Amino acid sequence: MQTALRIVRIGFALAWATLAATAGAQTLRIGLAEDPDVLDPTLARSFVGRIVFAALCDKLFDIDEKLAIVPQLATSYEWSADNKALTLKIRQGVTFHDGEKLDAAAVKYNIERHKTMAGSNRRGELALVTTVDVVDPATVRLNLSAPFAPLLAQLADRAGMMVSPKAAQEAGDKFGAKPVCSGPFRFVERIAQDRIVLEKYPNYWNKGEIFVDKVVYLPIVDSTVRLANLKSGQLDFIERLATSDVPALKSDSRFKISKITEIGYQGITINVGKSDLAQKNPLGKDPRVREAFELALDRQGIVQVAQDGEGEVGNQWVAPSNGFYAKNMPIPKRDVARAKALLAEAGVPNPSFTLMTPTTSDAQKVAQVVQAMVKEAGFDVKIQSTEFATSLDMADKGQYDAYVLAWSGRADPDGNIYSFDACKQPLNYAGYCKPDVDEILNKSRTTRDAAERRKLFEQLAAIALKDRPVVYLYHRNWLWAYTAKLSGLRTIPDGLVRVQGLKFN
Amino acid sequence: MFAFLVRRIATIVPTLVFVSMLIFGLQQLLPGDPAIILAGEDRDPTVVAHLRAKMHLDDPLPVRYLYWINGVLHGDLGESLRMQKPVLELIMEKLPVTLELAALSIVIAFAIGIPAGIVSAVKRGTAWDYGANAVALWGLSTPNFWLGIMLILLFSVTLGWLPASGFVSPFEDLKANLAALVMPAFVLGNAIAAVLMRHTRSAMLQVLSSDYVRTARAKGLSERSVILKHALRNALIPVITLGALELGTLLSGAVLTEQVFTIPGFGKLIVDAVFNRDYAVVQGVVLFTATAYILLNLAADIAYVVVNPQIRAQ
Repeated sequence: MQTALRIVRIGFALAWATLAATAGAQTLRIGLAEDPDVLDPTLARSFVGRIVFAALCDKLFDIDEKLAIVPQLATSYEWSADNKALTLKIRQGVTFHDGEKLDAAAVKYNIERHKTMAGSNRRGELALVTTVDVVDPATVRLNLSAPFAPLLAQLADRAGMMVSPKAAQEAGDKFGAKPVCSGPFRFVERIAQDRIVLEKYPNYWNKGEIFVDKVVYLPIVDSTVRLANLKSGQLDFIERLATSDVPALKSDSRFKISKITEIGYQGITINVGKSDLAQKNPLGKDPRVREAFELALDRQGIVQVAQDGEGEVGNQWVAPSNGFYAKNMPIPKRDVARAKALLAEAGVPNPSFTLMTPTTSDAQKVAQVVQAMVKEAGFDVKIQSTEFATSLDMADKGQYDAYVLAWSGRADPDGNIYSFDACKQPLNYAGYCKPDVDEILNKSRTTRDAAERRKLFEQLAAIALKDRPVVYLYHRNWLWAYTAKLSGLRTIPDGLVRVQGLKFN
Repeated sequence: MFAFLVRRIATIVPTLVFVSMLIFGLQQLLPGDPAIILAGEDRDPTVVAHLRAKMHLDDPLPVRYLYWINGVLHGDLGESLRMQKPVLELIMEKLPVTLELAALSIVIAFAIGIPAGIVSAVKRGTAWDYGANAVALWGLSTPNFWLGIMLILLFSVTLGWLPASGFVSPFEDLKANLAALVMPAFVLGNAIAAVLMRHTRSAMLQVLSSDYVRTARAKGLSERSVILKHALRNALIPVITLGALELGTLLSGAVLTEQVFTIPGFGKLIVDAVFNRDYAVVQGVVLFTATAYILLNLAADIAYVVVNPQIRAQ
């Protein structure tokens, strides 16, 4: 028996040693919370795919810790006097992973590909770009039909990613199976739902910042298993650490945790005009009931219960720490007495409605704690847990009263508000539609002056936060956990992992 | 014999047609517009329209079925819209993983279940019997995901002997491959072992009380020879049939276990496809496993005919 045990043990040890040897010290293994969709910047749709793109495909611009736009493949930019043309200087000496040169013609090709390819998810983001002129090999001009302030932020995301025109032409709509970009790492292989392997691109323009030879992304959906992999040394880095695992990991000196407030938000969308149901329910019909609903909420309590305190409370589409937060509309304090008075005034002391929530544990926790809180003011909330795709379909058809919904966020505040609050926009599940709101939203797109935009967002907040098509609750912390041997991580609020600067000590 | 084969194969065609309709029809009962969920977070209306056109969502149901079945008959199971990859390619990628995991699980199940069943039958009423029964009950009542996570915590996090999850191809590194599969195969095999143990036990008890066993004992054969040579052979027939059925189930993917151990097999493929409303993948994988199941059944029937002269004579 003893010998048998010993043999088994040796077997395990051998297997483990082989595994460890194949991993190597210069491979960075990152655990992802989901499996990314297609790796074609034009067609890509998921948040998690953007994490892989951060190592694979460079963009014209990037954002920094403070959400400022910084150069990447474009070294500088200049707006025309009428704000209807953006001239970009393209970085010289940059090559794609197939050796092709990045120049103004390649940029033109990419912008046009984003705009015209069948099924492109970038078309909407670049809708106002009408034509692209190659001024000289290092200069390109984007002509717009109207001024569009969020354009730079769009070019700092997937719309600004450049792929090799030659490879893209050859592969057509199969490009995502073997993407060729100009990022620090080039594509090696992908096994769906198992791993994505990238290797260092030796001719990367900024290779001085790259310290690992290989990056392997492993999608592991279960957060406990993801953490177990980090703890057992099979992963060096995990994204979206579960909030409940923070205290235990904090006390373990072998690991480090980094965090930053997300640019997205968690909130409750209310059907105020998406369908007839809006008028049949006091919550959708009467703004006073919605105000009472918000006053009955203790946001700090929600963050404590749903996120173990790992989040920043908020009442707007951007976090209070964001430069575009409208200071004229601070977070209201919980006031149950006032909420009750408002309900009495509205003639519905005990309004009842259904709160639809996706089946993720975070959303469920939010729904439950909200249900308990607003009950004190007299609300009778029924929770309806619905599988995500189904809930989205119901929201799209207006078959709901209120819906726990999150948004991953965009660097420019426009990306967090326009599609949700402007009339008939695709993400306007609330069915909110007001001409003056549309006017302010459109105006905020045409001016580039930050102070002026801030003023416009304050005007917008004064209207939309009183109408409450969305009751914003909080902004999660992005939580990354990684081996203490790793250093150089930059915490950027978009939640993407920049591989530049990451190194093993 | 020939007539039997022709008859048997002829019934497969309508069965497959019916199965394909069932798969397609059931899929349509899933709530939610697949174009909306596949269009991702931004849900750009032009993308939604493009996806609707690609999936023929605006056509009536029978027309959509014909589009699909026409492709299937031409060897085209469609394309995963989420991954932009042909479904057949995805199936071929996952099939070896699922096959290997299923085979290992069944081996583990037999290795535990049959000896335990024999012991508990032979030592009926003793501590051995109660012990084996308790273990079987534990195996049956332990949820896979729980056992999986416990094993990960013990063998990966605490002891550091095994990788916590993932899959390595056996052609790349056989040792790493086995190290990655031993825990999930044990979790799956453990539950099946319990069923096999119960069946082995009851079959053995029945056989052990039969006349020919008494005759064998009366002949003065050793107890070992009576049990292993004479009794076990007969007792195993229903157990092997059961094992084969369990193997068939494993081939359609072990959803929870694959999820916990991040094994990229059929189970994970189909679950992700359902949640993302990637219809072509769901249809393709289910049709593939259903066809495999039907063909295995046919093979079993033919084997019966070959083995059993009574059926042959009919």
